[in-house]
Amino acid sequence: MLSDSTTLVSSDYTTESGSMIKVENLTKKFGDFVAVDDISFDVRKGEIFGLLGPNGAGKSTILRILSTLSSPTKGTAIIGGHDIVKNDTEVRKMIGIVSEKMIMYNRLTAKENLWFFGCLFGIPKDVLTKRIDELLELVQLTKWKDAQVGTFSTGMRQRVNVIRALLNMPQVLFLDEPTLGLDPQSSVEIREFIKKLNKENGTTIMITTHMMVDADLLCDRIAIVDHGKIVALDTSKNLKKLISGADTTVLKLEIANLVPKIIDSIRAIECVDAVSQEDDTHLRIIVHGDEAFDNVVDAVRAEDGKINAMENLQPTLEDVFLHITGHQVRDSADQKIPMGRHRRFEAPQGRAR
Amino acid sequence: MGAKSLFSHSMRIAQKDLHELSRNRLGLVMLIVMPLFMMLMVGFIYPSSGTTVSNLPIALVNEDSGYGNYTVASQAFVMGVQQINSQTGLMVLSNVSNVNDLKDMIQRGDLDGGIIIPSNFSACVMSGQQATIIIMTDQSNPQISTAIQSVLTSIFNQMGTMLAQLHVQMLNPAINGSNSLAIVQPYKVQTEGVVAGNSNYFDFVAPGILAMTVMMSVMTGLPAAISMEKEIGTMDGMMVAPINRLSIILGKTLGQTARGLLQGLIIMALAVGLFGVSIQGNILLVLGLLLLGVFSFVGLGVVITSFAKDQETAMMMMMTLMFPMMFLSGVFFPIQLMPWYMQDISKVLPLTYASDALRRVMVLGAGVPAIANDLIILIVFGAVMIAIAVPVFRKTMTR
Ligand SMILES: Nc1ncnc2c1ncn2[C@@H]1O[C@H](COP(=O)(O)OP(=O)(O)OP(=O)(O)O)[C@@H](O)[C@H]1O
Ligand SMILES: [Mg+2]
Repeated sequence: MLSDSTTLVSSDYTTESGSMIKVENLTKKFGDFVAVDDISFDVRKGEIFGLLGPNGAGKSTILRILSTLSSPTKGTAIIGGHDIVKNDTEVRKMIGIVSEKMIMYNRLTAKENLWFFGCLFGIPKDVLTKRIDELLELVQLTKWKDAQVGTFSTGMRQRVNVIRALLNMPQVLFLDEPTLGLDPQSSVEIREFIKKLNKENGTTIMITTHMMVDADLLCDRIAIVDHGKIVALDTSKNLKKLISGADTTVLKLEIANLVPKIIDSIRAIECVDAVSQEDDTHLRIIVHGDEAFDNVVDAVRAEDGKINAMENLQPTLEDVFLHITGHQVRDSADQKIPMGRHRRFEAPQGRAR
Repeated sequence: MGAKSLFSHSMRIAQKDLHELSRNRLGLVMLIVMPLFMMLMVGFIYPSSGTTVSNLPIALVNEDSGYGNYTVASQAFVMGVQQINSQTGLMVLSNVSNVNDLKDMIQRGDLDGGIIIPSNFSACVMSGQQATIIIMTDQSNPQISTAIQSVLTSIFNQMGTMLAQLHVQMLNPAINGSNSLAIVQPYKVQTEGVVAGNSNYFDFVAPGILAMTVMMSVMTGLPAAISMEKEIGTMDGMMVAPINRLSIILGKTLGQTARGLLQGLIIMALAVGLFGVSIQGNILLVLGLLLLGVFSFVGLGVVITSFAKDQETAMMMMMTLMFPMMFLSGVFFPIQLMPWYMQDISKVLPLTYASDALRRVMVLGAGVPAIANDLIILIVFGAVMIAIAVPVFRKTMTR
């Protein structure tokens, strides 16, 4: 996607096992609070790897450690053959990061911003000039290159932010919630851009998100992160099989007079794995076994619940998440919805947030 | 990565900071307005050269009951006072009938002070005794009160001298005027400074204010600039670049120093142009001293930056340090006049030495040898603080 002048001098940095990023027993503590809890995983060269999890799961912390912005309490990671702790300068040369906060100075123009960060990477001036022009063209910002980024819309700012991370032609790109706060149109554009970058430049991409669409549409493999641990890691398809493969079913129930007592009694049923309340009248229930359907209906009736409608749904990643962690992705974001008490996997309770 | 790339990255960061500043109109205006206010305040509140107190409302109470029926002595005294006053315009004289009224009027603030001629005035003068004059002052205003005291005392002394001269001549008519003065006042006191001209309070404070503004500007600017970048997230952009992390502090410091020096130049221009301060010493030495002052503060600024999570905390910490420093470093008030424990505190503040050295150079025209002590202390202080700051900064950046 970029011209010859800017393509990578491609030497194969990957480790023997063929992985670009190798995370080993990574742990990060903030005081007593464990934000990242002894995780290990590999990311293959040229892969788009997603970290999916609720707010506060530790996704950003993982990304910050891998991009040398934060140092691990224990463990380490090898990126392209370089240790992120011992050889951080080498790591920084081959990575790019789009972090949660946009990295740009509002009072400088798009071009000035890119120029400043490019200079810090020691890119020769003529190469840098050309590369900035190309990158701006690539995200259709050439017209705005001399306007101060403070005047840009969020979508335009994010595009500048993304190409800033590409100035040094990184082999590994870290993206922390790149579509956060963008409208659907801009989200699609950014997703397309990431895909194209991955396909045409072979860039290894690690992306965090709590948006199921991002993870579903973009990632080759997804790691589901909860409370600093990786609770599942597979392709989107395989993750969904966790539900549809087994005798697990996703039910959507509309109950006219939905009260907490009804939810409690549904939860109490043995074959119910997880319950989440979607709005005033709708429940999403993950169940297993043949009698599950009848049991749920009985439980609702026993509490004088009035069932308006009932649907059998195709499982989504969201259900996978619900199934594995016992709570919804957005549960931790706004604590209004009661947390699932029924957990398949033991997750740490009572978090210091 | 050598010193060369460290320096070039620092320059790049400093340049970026100044570029941002140049786009910030309000920031630029404040950069000029702040020192201007400071100078105006100090310049106009405190008496500057030539302008002494004048037109002070002061009342005369003549309670003289006379010698026999003669009140000649007190009348002559009053005339003398009025005559001197008409030449100097020092006071606006009025008459009040008794001491109680005078006290009343001072309490109400109608008068700044009073001159009381006691009832035995003429009697004392005529019978060859020392006569008393009472000066009544407004204690709620110590500055004015001191000014009135010293001015009136010198007027009365002058009048007393004239009277004494007259007496001497009367005793021995052969003695002429100047001889009689020598008899009455055998010593004549003459004050002379190291450099020509009179210095005033403004000459005293201007160097201190200069040192203070530049150093404070860097000391507050540095934590503000760094914690601001941490807060908005742009710090990450510099941190992921394969550059020595030292060049981030160095670059920030360079940028802030340039800003501080710019402010310093504005202050100097104002001091010279508006307030008639003359810089006796070498202007390059003055600039060099300002740079050294900045150097001595940088470490402290970096340490604070490292510990403060956000801009607000950084500012609070700076303010807490700044206030004692402003008052204890001899910028506004001579250290020699402070109680000993305060003097001890002021001895550990770098601003004390910077403003002392600057004052010697600007007011007294001192050269490097004369301020060597100050220089050494500033250099050592700066080096020690930086030696502490660098590892602290490195460690806290990747928390
Ligand atoms: N500098 C820090 N000091 C103390 N605690 C921190 C710090 N950074 C993160 N945490 C804590 O670590 C946990 C994980 O934070 P992190 O930002 O990694 O979550 P996240 O998965 O990225 O969430 P989000 O979706 O909200 O971005 C949170 O509970 C957070 O409060
Ligand atoms: Mg995050």
